[in-house]
Amino acid sequence: MASEKGLKRKGFWKYRALIVLALPGVLLMLINNYLPMFGIFLAFKDLNYTDGIWGSKWIGLDNFKFLFASNDAWVIIRNTLLYNISFLVINTLLAVLLALMLNEVKNKFASKFFQSTVILPNFISMVIVGYIVYGFLNPELGFVNKFILEPFGLEPNNWYAEARHWPYILTIVNTWKGVGYSAVVYLAAIVGIDSEYYEAAVIDGASRWKQMTKITIPLIAPIIIIMTLLAIGRIFNADFGLFYQATMASGMIKETTEVIDTYVYNALLVTGDTGLASSAGLLQSVVGFTLVVTVNLIVRKVSKENALF
Amino acid sequence: MNSKRTNPVIIIVLTLFSLACLIPFWLVLMISLADEDWVTVHGYSFWPGKFSLVAYQYLIEDAEKILRAYGVSALVTITGVVVSLFVTSAMAYALSRKEFPLRGALSLYILITMLFSGGLLPWYLVYTRFLHVQDTLMALIIPGLIGGFNVIIMRTFFTNSIPPSLIDSSQIDGAGEFRTYFSIILPLSLPVMATIGLFTTVSYWNDWFTSLVFIQNEKLFSLQYLLTKTLMNASFLQTIANKAYSSTAQVTTPLESIRMAMAMIAIGPLVLVFPFLQKYFVKGLTVGAVKG
Repeated sequence: MASEKGLKRKGFWKYRALIVLALPGVLLMLINNYLPMFGIFLAFKDLNYTDGIWGSKWIGLDNFKFLFASNDAWVIIRNTLLYNISFLVINTLLAVLLALMLNEVKNKFASKFFQSTVILPNFISMVIVGYIVYGFLNPELGFVNKFILEPFGLEPNNWYAEARHWPYILTIVNTWKGVGYSAVVYLAAIVGIDSEYYEAAVIDGASRWKQMTKITIPLIAPIIIIMTLLAIGRIFNADFGLFYQATMASGMIKETTEVIDTYVYNALLVTGDTGLASSAGLLQSVVGFTLVVTVNLIVRKVSKENALF
Repeated sequence: MNSKRTNPVIIIVLTLFSLACLIPFWLVLMISLADEDWVTVHGYSFWPGKFSLVAYQYLIEDAEKILRAYGVSALVTITGVVVSLFVTSAMAYALSRKEFPLRGALSLYILITMLFSGGLLPWYLVYTRFLHVQDTLMALIIPGLIGGFNVIIMRTFFTNSIPPSLIDSSQIDGAGEFRTYFSIILPLSLPVMATIGLFTTVSYWNDWFTSLVFIQNEKLFSLQYLLTKTLMNASFLQTIANKAYSSTAQVTTPLESIRMAMAMIAIGPLVLVFPFLQKYFVKGLTVGAVKG
């Protein structure tokens, strides 16, 4: 066959076994990632299941108009951005600090122990995190109301109904779960620093503090910058688990806990409003994509080898 | 490094930090062990004045739901991890071969999946209207099978740790690509397989979101999803605790401690294996931190 000859010439036929090996992965990505991408046009349709996906009516930007006409759009965008920014700043600062401290521990056993415990929260599911938060904040029996507020004569709080507390609660929970992981990544970078730098510094009489500020921090700065920039690329994507499980999906505190991801989930599977779900979802994808590409451009300017693409 | 001893201030701060990571688990354990009457008066505490194992007795008497959920989670995790390791490493191996003509195109194909997503609604429709896998175990397995980042980590490992001459010589000896992949590449890749395998295990085991989206049938509830239901839905919690003691109706069911006992049953295995896995986790993080 002529086409087969063509294939042979390009060398594809010779590598057919490699193509077969890559094929399952290619197909799975097609299903999981590419087919949904074609679904973004749903944001411009009035989806109804009787007419089917193709038969549904085109309605232009009406879904978006509806989304922005309600107050929802601004609230979820504000929440998503503010949470992610504060998570990023707090997590980075604490993780670097923690990594620097972990690096100072000389005793091998102690070092292992500290690393294991700070990273443990990272490996439990968000569901368990939800249970832990509930243990502390249960309005009638929770530890915080019963053993912290009551003994000091303070009024117990109905936590799952009072929106104003949640920015702090969620920030604490997020830090608790994630900071150990980041710290160990930074620690790996610190351990990788050539010991000659420190030896030379010691000969010059540099103190531990001087070594930390003049050697360690400058040398791990690139990886801090890269991790930060990558996180900025994801700033429009919230951790669904955190906002769903830790809040126990309480509707009364939406004002400060609803983020784009939980909003899309609710619109899709709870209220069944596919128009809002798809327009909010598309908004998220487009802004997310733009951010990733922009951030990557910046990374390429800062240090070429660290760019994602 | 000049001083051999660690600054005591650092030790104190790190100890406090470690305690902050451990204490919440302790609270959950203590609630699960607390006597219901004591708790109703005094609240959840780190050291309940009265202990009781009743919550665990309830769960043992009526273990069917939990055992089934354990089974679903185990089945999904084992199948998912095995298939995922195969699919990921096979794709990564093809990508690691410098002479493979589709190398560039496939890399781009993977990169795009890491940059752009269609969002929840189209993804949901693909699974429910196109694959029709809702309410089957496939819905829990398929989404986690491949991730661009894992493919890239494995590809980097293959390119850096397996000398091309090894592949050449095995092919001169007459081994085909499949033979090379199975008997040369895989045995040499245990470190990266262990690392990625552990991360995949944790993400399958901890997954509750795909169940939330796709599963209605109670028989297919995974452990984490059963826990989600138990946490959020008091009447569902009641059905978990119902059977065994319903005849001796006088006793109040210790719902709060049953809830926390369920959490402990889910945390237990992880805490037991964690010390053994920890060295792989840390190694894996380092692998993950180095960009492909």
